[in-house]
Amino acid sequence: MISTSSITVGDIVAEATYALSRDSLVRYAGASGDFNPIHYRDDVAVSVGLPGVLAHGMLTMGLAVQPVVEWLGASGWVSDYQVRFTRPVLVDPVDGATVTVVAKVGSVEESAARIDLTVTFNDETVLGKAQVHVQMRTTFA
Amino acid sequence: MPVNPDLQGRVFDPVPPYLVGREKVREFARAVFATSPLNFDPVAASAAGFSDVVAPPTFAVVVQEATLAQLLAEPDAGIDFTRVVHGDQRFTYTRPIVAGDELTATLAVTSIKSLGGHSMVTAESTIVDASGEHVVTAISTLVVRGDE
Repeated sequence: MISTSSITVGDIVAEATYALSRDSLVRYAGASGDFNPIHYRDDVAVSVGLPGVLAHGMLTMGLAVQPVVEWLGASGWVSDYQVRFTRPVLVDPVDGATVTVVAKVGSVEESAARIDLTVTFNDETVLGKAQVHVQMRTTFA
Repeated sequence: MPVNPDLQGRVFDPVPPYLVGREKVREFARAVFATSPLNFDPVAASAAGFSDVVAPPTFAVVVQEATLAQLLAEPDAGIDFTRVVHGDQRFTYTRPIVAGDELTATLAVTSIKSLGGHSMVTAESTIVDASGEHVVTAISTLVVRGDE
């Protein structure tokens, strides 16, 4: 079990790399109900001035928190999660897109912690102020 | 047409209840690359003290969606859907969502700001369970681009 006494500000608690394909976007569209065609049709994306098909911002947000969820396991849960969408993730029809997540401890309390995410695509951050508050299970249920 | 400043403070009618299904949680979890057994396996979820599989942290967007549709459809809102960009998103939970929850979302527009020809609309969807207890508040800031 993970506890707040075993982590210190600045610790990297999780890291992961995700390979997004056009299939990933179609899957997320179906699961979320967001069928905006800029996430699966190049012609529509280009017609509204985009360089091509983009990942749903909410898909990027959704996967970026997963390394924290995996790290927590049953020891805790995510009580607050916020991001700012700063740059789009362009998903190539052949090569897809690779998104990297680094999760670092931002602050620690007795039974809670703030984990700060650095989320990058093509060596640029795509989410700003990406903060996850986790609550240890001792205070829940 | 600019965004109607009178929207600020407007509270909408609750949207019809959303029943969280186990397979929907699993489908959403797969789509966001989740691997935790708590998202997929009711036995693992139960061992951890949950009544059924636990939804990923961003699942609330599925419930929130109907409230944002209400906002975009509001006749006097002046929000042109084709000019809307998602600026910020936040979820603040009292407890995780689990399969079996019947959730009701109510939208309030908490802020309208103008910034360099764009409008920033902050929409807060408060989501409660069947007994009226708070589960999560989903907050979106939408950027509505002005004429270029």
